[in-house]
Amino acid sequence: MSERVGVYVCHCGSNIAGVVDVEDVSRWAGENLDDVVVSRDYKFMCSSLGQELIEDDIKKEGLTRVVVAACSPHLHERTFRRACASAGLNPYLFQMASIREQVSWTTQDKAAATAKSKAMIAGAVERVKLHQALEPNEVPVNPNTLVVGGGIAGIQAALELADAGYQVHLVEREPSIGGHMAQFDKTFPTLDCAACILTPKMSDVGNHPNINLLSYSEVEEVSGYVGNFRARVRKKARYVNEADCTGCGICIDKCPKKVVDEVFEAGLGYRKAIYRPFPQAVPKFPVIDRESCIYFERGTCKACEKFCPTNAIDFEQQDTALDLAVGNIILATGYDLFDSRKIPQYGYGRLANVYTSLEFERLCNASGPTEGKIVLRDGVTQPKSVAIIHCVGSRDKRHNTHCSAICCMGALKFGHLVMEKTGAEVYSFYIDMRPLHKGYEEFYDRLLEEGMHFIRGRVAEVTDAARQPGEEGKLIVQAEDTLLGMQRRVPVDMVILMAALQPRADAKDVGLQFGISCSMAGWFTERHPKLDPVATMTDGVFIAGTCQGPKDIPDTVSQGAAAAARVQGMIAVGSVEVEPVVATIHEERCSGCRICNNLCPFNAIDFLQDKAVSYVNAALCKGCGTCVAACPAGAISGAHFSNEQIFAEISGLLYDVVRGNGAKALLPVEVPA
Amino acid sequence: MPNPGSNGSFQHRVIEATPGGEVLITCLQCGTCGGSCPSGPDMDHTPRRLFAMIGAGMQDEVLRSNTPWYCVSCYYCMVRCPKEIPITDIMYTLKNMAVKAKLYDDSDAPDWSKSFIGYVESYGRSFELGLATRYHLTHKPLSKVGLGSFGLGMLSKDRLSLRPHRIKGIGQLRAILGKAKELEAVQ
Amino acid sequence: MRYAYYPGCSLGRSAWPYDASTRAVSEALGLELVEVDDWNCCGASEYFSLNKTAAYALVARNLALAARQDGLKQLLAPCSMCYLNLRKTDHYMGKYPKLGKTTNAALAAGGLNYTPGSLEVRHLLDAVVNDVGLEAIAAKVTQPLAGLRVACYYGCLMVRPEFNGSSFDDPEYPIQLDRLMQALGAEVVDFPLKAHCCGGHMTQISADTAFELIRRLLHNAAEYQADLIVTVCPMCQLNLDAYQPQVNRHFKTDYHIPVLYFTQMIGLALGMAPERLGVGGEFVSAAEALAKIGETFEVAPAGAPARRKRDEKALPMPGQKGEA
Repeated sequence: MSERVGVYVCHCGSNIAGVVDVEDVSRWAGENLDDVVVSRDYKFMCSSLGQELIEDDIKKEGLTRVVVAACSPHLHERTFRRACASAGLNPYLFQMASIREQVSWTTQDKAAATAKSKAMIAGAVERVKLHQALEPNEVPVNPNTLVVGGGIAGIQAALELADAGYQVHLVEREPSIGGHMAQFDKTFPTLDCAACILTPKMSDVGNHPNINLLSYSEVEEVSGYVGNFRARVRKKARYVNEADCTGCGICIDKCPKKVVDEVFEAGLGYRKAIYRPFPQAVPKFPVIDRESCIYFERGTCKACEKFCPTNAIDFEQQDTALDLAVGNIILATGYDLFDSRKIPQYGYGRLANVYTSLEFERLCNASGPTEGKIVLRDGVTQPKSVAIIHCVGSRDKRHNTHCSAICCMGALKFGHLVMEKTGAEVYSFYIDMRPLHKGYEEFYDRLLEEGMHFIRGRVAEVTDAARQPGEEGKLIVQAEDTLLGMQRRVPVDMVILMAALQPRADAKDVGLQFGISCSMAGWFTERHPKLDPVATMTDGVFIAGTCQGPKDIPDTVSQGAAAAARVQGMIAVGSVEVEPVVATIHEERCSGCRICNNLCPFNAIDFLQDKAVSYVNAALCKGCGTCVAACPAGAISGAHFSNEQIFAEISGLLYDVVRGNGAKALLPVEVPA
Repeated sequence: MPNPGSNGSFQHRVIEATPGGEVLITCLQCGTCGGSCPSGPDMDHTPRRLFAMIGAGMQDEVLRSNTPWYCVSCYYCMVRCPKEIPITDIMYTLKNMAVKAKLYDDSDAPDWSKSFIGYVESYGRSFELGLATRYHLTHKPLSKVGLGSFGLGMLSKDRLSLRPHRIKGIGQLRAILGKAKELEAVQ
Repeated sequence: MRYAYYPGCSLGRSAWPYDASTRAVSEALGLELVEVDDWNCCGASEYFSLNKTAAYALVARNLALAARQDGLKQLLAPCSMCYLNLRKTDHYMGKYPKLGKTTNAALAAGGLNYTPGSLEVRHLLDAVVNDVGLEAIAAKVTQPLAGLRVACYYGCLMVRPEFNGSSFDDPEYPIQLDRLMQALGAEVVDFPLKAHCCGGHMTQISADTAFELIRRLLHNAAEYQADLIVTVCPMCQLNLDAYQPQVNRHFKTDYHIPVLYFTQMIGLALGMAPERLGVGGEFVSAAEALAKIGETFEVAPAGAPARRKRDEKALPMPGQKGEA
C-alpha cells in the first residue's frame, strides 16, 4: 500500500514568501510528487491554526507521512512532531525541509529559490516515505547533582538544590569555596562587605546535610549521558587529617616557610607553606602546599606535626579517587583576570605602584596583606592621588574584544573606597561609562557628588619619566582628554588597572571533558544567548556565572539559581526522553575492528570484550552518522539515515533529472535493509 | 567588509587611498592615538579629533590642519589603537591630499619633502648639503640660528658630502617613478 | 652567513661611523654583507608624504634589485627608517594586492619586478643578536665594556609597527639591545624612554617640537646616569648627538652624553681600534666615557635601587616568588 503524504509549505510571513513562490511550490508538489495527497501553503505553520491544519488532515485524509517546508528543524521540528503525535501519527514519520535558513535567507534570486525549494521538498517527500516509526527512549534521572566550582554561582546552585531536598556534590579545586567574590572587599552598588554577604552562604554549604563538599578536589573524568553521568573526582591530599583537625591554626602559626600567595592574595601578600586561603575558609582545614613545604623538599622541619595538638598532620596522605553517580552537572568555574603585563606601556610589573583590580581588592580588604590600609607598595605610604584606568585588555582587538561588564562599576567602587579611606584625589580614565543595572547609575551620581574626577580618554601610557616640575617621583598617566581635545599628563601616586575578565586558561579543556563547547572568545557556549543562557547543547550539562561570560554578582546568582531550577525540573519529572534517531551496530556484521570507537564525538561507542563487538549506547548517541559512514563492513545503520533514505532524498533533490524511478534510480546495488 | 561611508565622500576617499583603511569607521574615539602622540601637544587637532572631523566630512579643515605634518611617524598610535586602525598611514594619505589640494597653509613641511624628493629624483640618493642649503635659505633663513655651526660641525666630522652621488640606474629609476606618478594620478 | 645589504643614504656620509663599524664588525662576526648593486634612496618619510605610489615604487626598486641578486633571501638594513620602508613595502605589496599590482606596474617601466615575500627584510641588530648569537659574541669579547653604564636607545622604527602581529622586539619595551650590551660586559641602565621617538626630521620642520623630544631623551638617560647612549639608527644618532649642543643652548641645559652605534660598541669589545670604528666622528666626544672601561665601581651609583634589608612591610612585586 502506498503512503499518503501531506506537504505543508510555510510562508513565514514574508521571510520565505518574499523570495520563494510558495503557492507555486505547494501546487507543484501536489501535482508532481508521487503519493502526495495533500499539499497546502499557509502563512505561519507554527501557529496553532497551522498545526491544526496538519492534525485535521491526518485524521480526515488518513495521512501516513507529513512534510513541512519552513524554518530550521532546530526551531520547530518538535512543534510539528507534537502535532503529528496528537493526531495519532508517530512523530518520527515526519520530515522538515528548511526552506528558510537554507533557501530564502541565503539568496535574493527568486527563481533559484523557488527551484531549490521544490528540490528540497521532493527530497523530503521521497525520504519520509521510507521512515520507520520510532519510539523515544526514556531514561531515569539520577536525583544527585554535580556542581563544579565553589564560587558564588556554584554555591547558589548547590544551596537551591540542597534546600529542595536533593543531594549535591560540590567540587572546588581550591582549598576553600568562595571563589573571586571572597577576595573582594566591598561590592557595588550597595557597598556591602563581600565576605559578610558571602560567608553565611559558605557556612550554609559547609553545614548542609545534602551537600557533599569536595574541596581541594578536581573532576578527572566524566562519562555518561543526561540523567546518568559518572564523574571521577580526585580529592587531592591536604596532608591534614580532616577527621582529627579542629581548625585551631597552630600549624599555620608555627610554619617557618613563607611564600607569595599568588591565588587568593593575587600575589600581593604572603602565606605559609601550610595555609588556609583566608580566615573564614570553608572547610576550615588547612592544606600543605607540597611544592613550598620544607619537609617535602628536604625532609626536615615538620613543625606543624610537632605542634598539632590533635596529631592531624599526615605527610603520608595520598590523593583519593571518588566515583560519583549524578543525573545532572552544573559548571560554575568562573573567570581569570587578564595579565596586565601584556600591556607594557601601563607599567604593570615594572612600576611598583601600578596595581590590578584584584590586587587592589586585597589591599582594601581588612584581612588582606595591609589589613585594609590603602598604601603604596612600600607597605607604608598612603597615596594622595590615584588614577583608575578602565578597559585594560577589554574592547581591544589585540587582547579581548569584549567589554568586561563590571569594570566601570568596579572603578566607581574603588574611587569611593580610596576617597573614604585616604581622602586622595581619584581620576577615572574611561572610554564610556557603563553603569547599566539597578542602582548603578545612581551610584555613578553618588561618585560625581563625592568629587571623583572623570577624564574621558583611553590611557596611552603610564610612566615614571618626569618631564616637568611636579612630576618627579610620581607615576604620570598620559591620555588625551577627548572632551577637551588635548593631551594631558596627570601625576599620581598610584594606578589601578581595571583588567579584563577572561575565560579560565583551561576552559577549553574543561569544556571538552564535560562535552560542551566554547565560543571563539573562550567562554562556555550556552544553548541560546537570549532565551536559554544556562543550558548547553549537551543535555544534562548546565553553565552558570562568569564561565558563560563576564557579568556582575546579581546576574551570577540568578544564573546559579536558574541552572538549579532546570535541574530540579528534570528531577521532578524523574525521567527524560532521549531521541531515538541513533545509530545501531549489527552485531552479526561487526568484526570488532573498533574504527568507530575513537571516531564518535560523543564517546557513545563501547567495545564489548566478551563478544568482541562494538556497541552504541543509544542514550549518548546523537545520530551524527560518523560511525555509520566510517564502518568498513557497513555494519552500522543510523535510524533516519539508512542508505535507502539517503538515496531517496538525493533522488528527490535531483527531481528534474531523475523522474519516476524514485530511489531506485540511484541505488547501484541492492543493499540489505 | 564594513561600509566605508557613502561613495565619493571625503571619508570614503581617505579610506580608499589607505591600504587597510576600512577599519577607520570602527573608531571608538577612545583617544589612545591623541594620548600617545609625542608631538600631539603641538598639533592643532589631535589625531582622534581629526578622525571625527573626517567622519563629519570637514574636508577643508582637515586638510588645512598641521596635524599630519607634525606626525613624526613613531607608530605608537598604530600599535596601541584598540581597533588596529592604520593611523600613521592615514596621516600620509592626508599629507598627499593636502598637497594636491594646495590646502596646507604653512608651507614649510611639504616644501622640505619636495626638496628632498627633488634630489632623490635627480641623483637616486639624498644629498643633505644641497637639501639643507636650498631649503633653509628659502625658509626663514634668519631664524635658523645655530644652523651654521651645525653645518660646520658636520663638515669637520666629515659627515657631510660636498657633492651628490648619482646612481648608475638613474634613468631606470626615473622611468619607474614617472610611471608610478601616472598611475597615482588616475586613482 | 651571507646577506644582501642595504646601507642607506646616511651610512654613505652623515653616519659613516656606522658604516665603518658595521663593515669591521661583520667581518669579525662572520656576516658576509653583499651590497645591493646600485641601490637608491628609500625615500625616508618624505616621499610617502607627497606621492604614495611613487614612494612604494622607489623602495620596491631596491627590493627587486636585491631579490635577483645571486640567491640571497635575506636583506639587512642598518638604518631603522630604511628597514621599515623595505619591510613595509614588501609586506603591503603582499597583503594589499592592488598596491602590489600598481607597484609592479611601475617597476615594469624600468624592466623590474618584485614578488612580495621573496626577501626577508631584517634589521642589522636582528641578524647580529639572533644569527650570530649572544653566546658566540660574548666568547669573542677581549675587552669587556665593564665600567661603562650604557643606555640602550631603540627609537621607533626598528620595533614599530608590527607586521602580522609581530616585530623583531617588543614594540613598547624592547630588550634585545640591552642583552647584547650585557653580553659585551657593559652595565645597562634600563631607562623608560628607550623606545620613544627622537623626532625624526622634525628638526627641519619645527625646531621647538624637535628639540623638546630630544631633550626628553637626554634628560632621561642622564637621570639614570648613563655614560653613553647606544643607538641602532643614524637618524636617532644625528638627533641625539649632532643636535645636542643646540638642544643645550635652547634649554640652557648641560648634557654631555655621547651617542655611539651598537656596532661601534661591539667593535670596541672585540678589541678593535676606535678609529677603525669611526669613534671620533661624533659631536659629543665619547672619549671620556670610553676611558671608564675597565674601571670598577665601589659604590652603587645613586639612581639604582639601593640594596637594603627586606622591609617587613613592603608588598611583593608581581611575579615575585619568595620573600624579597
